[in-house]
Formats: sequence, structure tokens, C-alpha cells
Amino acid sequence: MLGLQILIDGFAVGALYALAATGFTLIFGVSGVLNLSHGALMVAAAVMAWAANDRLGAGNLVGALAGVLAGLVLALLTYGVVVRPIQRSRAIRNEEREIFILTATLLWGIMISELIAYFFTDNAKTVLPVVGGVVSILGVRTPANEIFTAITCWAVIGVLWAIVNRTRTGKSVMAASMNARGVTLLGVELSFVYLVVWTIYGVLAGVAGVLLGMFLGVSSYSAGPLTGSAFSIVVLGGLGSVSGSLIAAYVVGYIETLTAYLISPAYRFIPALLLLVVVMYVRPRGLLGRR
Amino acid sequence: MRLLWITLIMLLVLAVLPLWVSGYILGLLTIAYYFGVFSMAWDLLFGFANEVNFGPTFLIGLGAYTAGILDNNYGVPLWLCIPAGTLAAVVGGIVLALPALRVTGPYFGLTTLVAVLILQNLVVVFAGFTGGEIGLTVPDVIFIDAASNYWLALGFMTVSGAILFALSRSPMGLILQASGQDAVQAGALGFNVTKHKLTAFIISAFFSGLAGALLVFYLGAASVSTLIAITVGVQVIIAAVIGGRRTILGAALGSIFLIVMTEALRPTGELATLIVSAIALLVVLFLPNGFMGLLFRGERG
Repeated sequence: MLGLQILIDGFAVGALYALAATGFTLIFGVSGVLNLSHGALMVAAAVMAWAANDRLGAGNLVGALAGVLAGLVLALLTYGVVVRPIQRSRAIRNEEREIFILTATLLWGIMISELIAYFFTDNAKTVLPVVGGVVSILGVRTPANEIFTAITCWAVIGVLWAIVNRTRTGKSVMAASMNARGVTLLGVELSFVYLVVWTIYGVLAGVAGVLLGMFLGVSSYSAGPLTGSAFSIVVLGGLGSVSGSLIAAYVVGYIETLTAYLISPAYRFIPALLLLVVVMYVRPRGLLGRR
Repeated sequence: MRLLWITLIMLLVLAVLPLWVSGYILGLLTIAYYFGVFSMAWDLLFGFANEVNFGPTFLIGLGAYTAGILDNNYGVPLWLCIPAGTLAAVVGGIVLALPALRVTGPYFGLTTLVAVLILQNLVVVFAGFTGGEIGLTVPDVIFIDAASNYWLALGFMTVSGAILFALSRSPMGLILQASGQDAVQAGALGFNVTKHKLTAFIISAFFSGLAGALLVFYLGAASVSTLIAITVGVQVIIAAVIGGRRTILGAALGSIFLIVMTEALRPTGELATLIVSAIALLVVLFLPNGFMGLLFRGERG
């Protein structure tokens, strides 16, 4: 009984982590950018969904869509205002671009979460679920929202897979992640590829943020830890490898759920962190990393 | 040369400050000076070796908490607690450096970040021993009077800054810089890059731990949110970046700016952090060499 419950909860948590980490790893794979405002973006999407519903009375579904839209707009802003100027700056030396992008996106993330705290306070907020009620799976009472979360996550990941593998644009994105110069030689505009990637990223982060808000609730404090866990899942799976981060998301999701149920919720995050250190030591490029 | 004179004049002005300003401002600057040491120690590792260490607070926290716990739980005298805290930070630095130096770039950054998260979790889980989220109160203080504390912090920052600056201009600093630009080529020239990075890590840990231990006895308390939290580490990093990387002294300047600015913006209430972050972002975007780059434009290549 407990085993089944852990299995179900872990599956939903893993799906959510997978979705949250996919966009992060995609951006890194294609443009080498580690976006440290990732957590703040997701929180912003969730809070926007909450605000549209709670303050404006938009309804659960419209609220959720507004949240996704907020994630998209913020992601494009992050690219246009923060990342692109650094990538094109002549004053910054090439080997230092990475640290500049890290610092700048970190600051940008802090600004977003401070703005959220200013306008909507830093209390925890729970987005009202699109589907309510409780379903019984083999005797385990499971909130319908949990099933909805898992299905949506996998559906979005499936659509992403189809875009990347089946459309021309998606294929050029994939090619850019393998060899950026080669793609430009084939006549693909690299800035167009980046724009596409950031758009996809924005939608992924938006959906993940809204679902997170429904499933676990968010506050402006969760921005940092969310970036941290996306970062660790992505590194655990191997930077730039989408399938690696899917596996890693489930590993982390189940370890956390097991620890929370069997030992104590207070120790929830520790085993996954220790695992990460061990992986760094034994296999520094992660489970499925290239390089 | 110009750098030396400006630094000396600034130090002189800062040293006579207690004659005029209030204890409140002195207290603010005292904390800023300790943060200055944190940032300078961080700059040695990052600015020169080009390795992003997200875990300055791991080293600071180890130093501060070891000193604080020894003093509070076991009544160890203060003059023993401070070296013990420093030693703990150095040992922690070596333990962290061994896995961390096997990896580079984002992987290095993440390993150091995880170290902070683990330490933070441990402090909260062993609350009975460490004071948990509420924090740890330390019975001893170094000085009671604000001016003496101020001079101690200023002197400590000056000495640490001088040592770190000298190190950065020494052959070791140059090798670190070379390995930051092209690790393979530096290795091919016969330099043991890992050994030098490890040395830089240990020196960085020494100053972070010592500053952390001293800060605990100034604050009279240690808590996760003031010494270990990621946000504290971020502040250390931002100070070094807006002050100007690879300058050591810029890091101290950045820390003083950051802390004084946050305090000056206190009347704006919750917006203070937002404004400071926005200013820092503008500096990163438009003045990539920080304040030091602005001050000494054209003097360095």
C-alpha cells in the first residue's frame, strides 16, 4: 500500500522535475547558456496563474494559460535584455562570457523574485488545479490533480520530442546544438534558432511553473532552490542531454519521495545531494553526458 | 603606482573615520569589511583561475559555525575558537576541492553549490547542536566598543587584502591566470595546474574561514540566513564582479558599496534588494570590468 503510494507520488514528482529540467538543459545544449533565473521564471508563471484567478477571477483554466504566457514573455525578455547583449558584447572576453551570463541571469532572477514579493507578498501560493477531486488507484486515494500533472508533463515532453525530431525548425535546433558553425554554413540563421529555443524554453518553464504551483505551491523564496534542483538534475543526467535529464529527474524524484515517506520529510533533499556529489566524483560528465 | 596611492589615501580616510561618524555607521562598515575579505578570497579563486565557486559560504559557514559551536557548547576560549574555525574551513576546503577540482566549468560550480546546500541542511537537521534555523548565540565577544571592532575589521581587511593582492601578482597568480585562460596550454608549459588551483582553494578557504570566525564574534550570533544561505554567497560573488574581477581590491570596494547601498536604500523598504540587483546587473552589462575598470581605465591592457 505504502509502496504503491510512493510509486505514484514519485512518478508525478519525477514527471514534474523532468519537465522543469528539460527546458534548462535544452538552452544549455543549444546555446551554452546556464540560465540561473530559471527558478524565478517558474515562480513568476505560477504566481501569475494564481493572480489571474484569485485577483481577476479569470477561472482556473484561463489563469493557468495566463501563467504559461507569463513564463513565455519572461523567457524572451531574459534572452533579449540579459543574455543576448552579453553574447554580443565586444568588451567581454570570450572565455569570460559564461561567468557573465551566470552572474547576470542570477541577478535577473533575484530581481524577478523581489518584484513578485513586492507586488504579491512572499507568502506561499497554491494555484487552483484545473481538475479537482480524488481518484482511487488500486485502493490508493490519489488527487486527480496529481494524475493531471503527470499526464500534462509527459504530453508536453512528447510534443517537444515531435517538434525536435519531426519538423525542419526542430531539426535545425538539434543541429545547432551539435555544431553551431556547421548550421550557419548550411544557411540557417543562428539568431533565429536561438529565438526558437528560447520560445520553447519559455513555454516549458511556464507549464512547469504553473503545474508546480498546483502540485506543491510556490513562493518567491522557492526561486533559488528551484534553480538549484533543476541545475542538479541536469548535471546528474549530463549537461545538454535531454534523455539524461529525464532519467535523472526520476532518480531524484523517487529518492526524495522514498526519503520523505520512509525516513522523514526533513531529510528529503539530503540523499539526492549526496548522490550528486558521488556522481560528480565518479562520473563527472553525468549519467548520459557527452564530451 | 597610482593604485597604491589611491589605496593608501582611502585606507587613511577609513582609519580616522571613527573620530567623526556614529557607532551605527561603524557597525555597518565593520560588517562590510568582513564581507570584503570574503569577496577578495573568492576573487583569488575565480578571477584568476576562472573557476566559478558558488560555495564561498560553505567555507565561511564552516569557519563561523566551528568557532561558534566550540565557544557556545564547550566553553572553549575565544582565542582558540578562531584558529579552530579557520582550520575547519581549510580542511573543509581540501575535502571540497578534491572532488571539485576533477571537474571544471558548470560542473565545478554545481559541486560547490551542492556543498553549501548540504551544509545548510545539516545545520537545520542537527538543530539541537547548531541552533538550527533560529541560530546560535555566542557568549564571547572580541571587543565591546564599536571603534575597536571597526579598527580590527579594517586592519584585518587591509592585511588580508595585501597578502591576497601580493599572491595574485606572484608567479602563482600568473600561473592561475594562465590556467584560467587555457588550462591545456598552461599544463603543456609544465605547470601543475591542479596543484596551483588546490593551493588557491586552500588560501581562499583560510581567509574565508578566518573572516567567518571573526565575524561570528562580532555579530555575537551565527545563523543560516546570515552566514550560509545561497543569497549570502551570491552577495559575495556580486560584490567581486561589480568591483572588478582579477583585481582583489575591487572585491573589497564592491562589498563596501553593496552593503552601504543596501542600507542607504532601506527607506525604500522591500524594494532595496531589487534596486541593488538592478544596479549590479547594469554594471555587469555595461561596465564588464567593474568599478576598478572605470577607475583605472587605460592603465592596464
